[in-house]
Amino acid sequence: MLKDARVGGWGARLIGIGLALGFVALILLATGAPPFQAISLLITGAFGSTRKIVDVIATSVPLLLATSGLLITFAAGLWNIGIEGQITLGAIFTVGALRLFVDSGAPPGVAILVGMIAGMIGGGLWAALAGLLKIYGGVNEIFSGLGLNFVATSATIWLIFGPWRRPGVGSMSGTEPLPPEFALPQLPDMRISAWAVLLSLLGIALVYILLRGTYIGLKLKATGRNARASFVLGIPTSRYTLVAFVLCGLLAGLAGAVQVTAVYNRLIPSISSGYGFLGLLVAMLINYQVIWAIPVALFYAALIVGSIQLPIQLRLDSSLAGVLQGALVLFVLIIDGVRQRLRERG
Amino acid sequence: MQVEFRNIHKRFGSVHANKGITLNIPGGCIQGLLGENGAGKSTLMKVLSGFITSDEGEILLDGRAVTIPSPAGAIEQGIGMLHQDPLDFPPLRVLDNLLIGGRRGLIPDRRAALKALKEIEAQFGFSLDPDAYVDTLTVGERQQLELIRLLWLGARVLILDEPTTGISAPQKVKLFAALRKLSAEGRTIIFVTHKLEEVYQLCHRAAVLRAGALVAEIEPPYHTENFINAMFGGEIPTPPRQPPPTTAPLLALKGVTVEDARLQVGPIDLTVKAGEVIGLAGMEGSGQDLLLRLCAGLLRPTGGEIALGGRALQNATYHQFLRNRVKFMPADRMTEGLVAGLSLTEHFALNAEVHGFFINYKQAEQTAVERIAEYSIRGFPESPVESLSGGNQQRTLLALLSAPLHLLLLEHPTRGLDLESAVYIWKRLKERARSDGTAILFISSDLDEVLQYSDRVLVFFAGRASVPLSAMQTSVEELGLLIGGVPLETARSTAGMHQPEALSR
Repeated sequence: MLKDARVGGWGARLIGIGLALGFVALILLATGAPPFQAISLLITGAFGSTRKIVDVIATSVPLLLATSGLLITFAAGLWNIGIEGQITLGAIFTVGALRLFVDSGAPPGVAILVGMIAGMIGGGLWAALAGLLKIYGGVNEIFSGLGLNFVATSATIWLIFGPWRRPGVGSMSGTEPLPPEFALPQLPDMRISAWAVLLSLLGIALVYILLRGTYIGLKLKATGRNARASFVLGIPTSRYTLVAFVLCGLLAGLAGAVQVTAVYNRLIPSISSGYGFLGLLVAMLINYQVIWAIPVALFYAALIVGSIQLPIQLRLDSSLAGVLQGALVLFVLIIDGVRQRLRERG
Repeated sequence: MQVEFRNIHKRFGSVHANKGITLNIPGGCIQGLLGENGAGKSTLMKVLSGFITSDEGEILLDGRAVTIPSPAGAIEQGIGMLHQDPLDFPPLRVLDNLLIGGRRGLIPDRRAALKALKEIEAQFGFSLDPDAYVDTLTVGERQQLELIRLLWLGARVLILDEPTTGISAPQKVKLFAALRKLSAEGRTIIFVTHKLEEVYQLCHRAAVLRAGALVAEIEPPYHTENFINAMFGGEIPTPPRQPPPTTAPLLALKGVTVEDARLQVGPIDLTVKAGEVIGLAGMEGSGQDLLLRLCAGLLRPTGGEIALGGRALQNATYHQFLRNRVKFMPADRMTEGLVAGLSLTEHFALNAEVHGFFINYKQAEQTAVERIAEYSIRGFPESPVESLSGGNQQRTLLALLSAPLHLLLLEHPTRGLDLESAVYIWKRLKERARSDGTAILFISSDLDEVLQYSDRVLVFFAGRASVPLSAMQTSVEELGLLIGGVPLETARSTAGMHQPEALSR
């Protein structure tokens, strides 16, 4: 599915995107909504003002971090479904670390740095757990990931209603907010942190270099494509499987840390906001082509931001964005599959 | 039912797997089908059982030309195949496995299936618990289940692919009795095997394939040498041989035993000198492959001692073997040897001795260009390995072994290569053995190759290794007899003229 599809496939990609748009238009027609108006609303909702464009960029930050991590696990042939839990653990570790600094008098910069590192460690540990279960327990990473996601969510809920609850209350709105100085500094008059954007670009750049130019990347790819032959060639494949999980977990943990320090400033029940699963879609869509992660992540972020308008203006559910996101991946993969079959026959 | 193949051709890319095979099998016959791996047996059987379609030629059943589009289509025509690894559903119960193949109706008729199961069992003396889970059964019982399923579905032609590997002796007796009974009922049995004694015991006639062509049809009385000549080619080589090296011992095996699910091998005692070349001969799956993997560190011995240059390695990991400069080249190129999706350059980069953090692609490409020229690989540095032909993949594998080594283990080193390339490759290997002192152990199904390039030969039969024989003093005929399980003394006197001496261990 992922192999071979990249050769000269961009024309086919466009056909896939066209089919996905057509499919969504059909759904809109079926519900009695005007498709062109809906799509133009999506576009103006995402790009209609500077503020909206900034929102799109801000939304793309955690998505891009999750995607860059997933590109590593995909390269190693792993389906890291547990990424959601890894983001969540990143957020938990970040909040936990930042709470230690409350009233400590330490400079906020130090606190934020430590919080970020703690988040990465949290995500890395959670991912390592999935990796160890696979290597030593023979548990498929999809199953362990799913299980660990539930555990992570439960841990969040427990913390919000238990040890970290707001004094007196304890509500789904989250834990006691952290002091405002523990948030990443934002650009003047905008809900975006340049630091967060920088981190996400740094993440994708590192993954690009890792997969393209380093022995670690090459060995990960070899392990992903033929673990047995890689082992016989002398690559310690178990170790590389674990490395892939941990690297992905570090980036996912960073995404969780960004969710805390740049967006919510506290722990909320669904802190990962589905960016992990969305990252899986982006990674599948771009098919190992690391540089395409940036435009595709921005596009998906635009769909999220743009669809906020839909319920208000057209009484459509904002889940339309999700339908379009899913349809895109499906149609692009279908077109790839059809092309491959045609090539095999031809 | 009478089965007739007429001029069957099948090509896989550049490989011509079946070259115009014409074979007529009368109804009620137990037909043996022999040939080395890659001879084209499986391809022919896959064509008959509907897994693949032939490029040319036709299949006639009872004189009627048929098309067999799929395995389901095959069973509708009355053709059923019993695969070497049972194609069943281990997490399900015996009865459910039976019902899965049933094609009638929406709701499975458990009672009818149970009745059929009991009837067929009674006929052949099988006894399976219908409620047992298949993963609790032995390979032999799973095979019985498959046989029952195929008969229940109305198979009149049964193809059995090496059915006796992995089953117990009493199960084998039962299986053979059942097959004789089925043939007496007029069903046609095609029995694919590597084991000559099974052909002698069971088959009414036998056909031998070699390199995609039908080379012999043999009827009783059977003579081992007829089979060996047909399977391996009977030309007797007249090669200039060099005397074996007189260096210090490098590899020592003491009472080593090893096993997999099917076979127990050993105990084996063997001392290999530096620079010595040892050929391992035997029918496929007689134990030589296990010994090779044992020496590579890919299998752990179940007993005994392995030492390389005095260092005990029986408990070492594969990577420790690699660090001791032991390397293994597998026969299954795309499964164990090369990574599909990676280019030649990437393979040479992975194979480089020293690893920094960043890949020096310029240097890796330089290496690739050199090796491509050196091993005349038809491909470019950026070619993905799966795009190369089989022979060029083989050269790539050999090119990946170029670091200095103490011990080199090769599975079918020249399979898929033309004669000229094979001679060149062996020239290189022999040079390494002589000048670097690299000891080489290799498996080959080409007896000429074994005798020509080995200093000593170990012959495997049913998990037992012969004493090491001097290649110079062993003839192809003797080797053929030994492979067929004829005892050493008999082989010597039968083959006459030569007096091979068993070298000291």
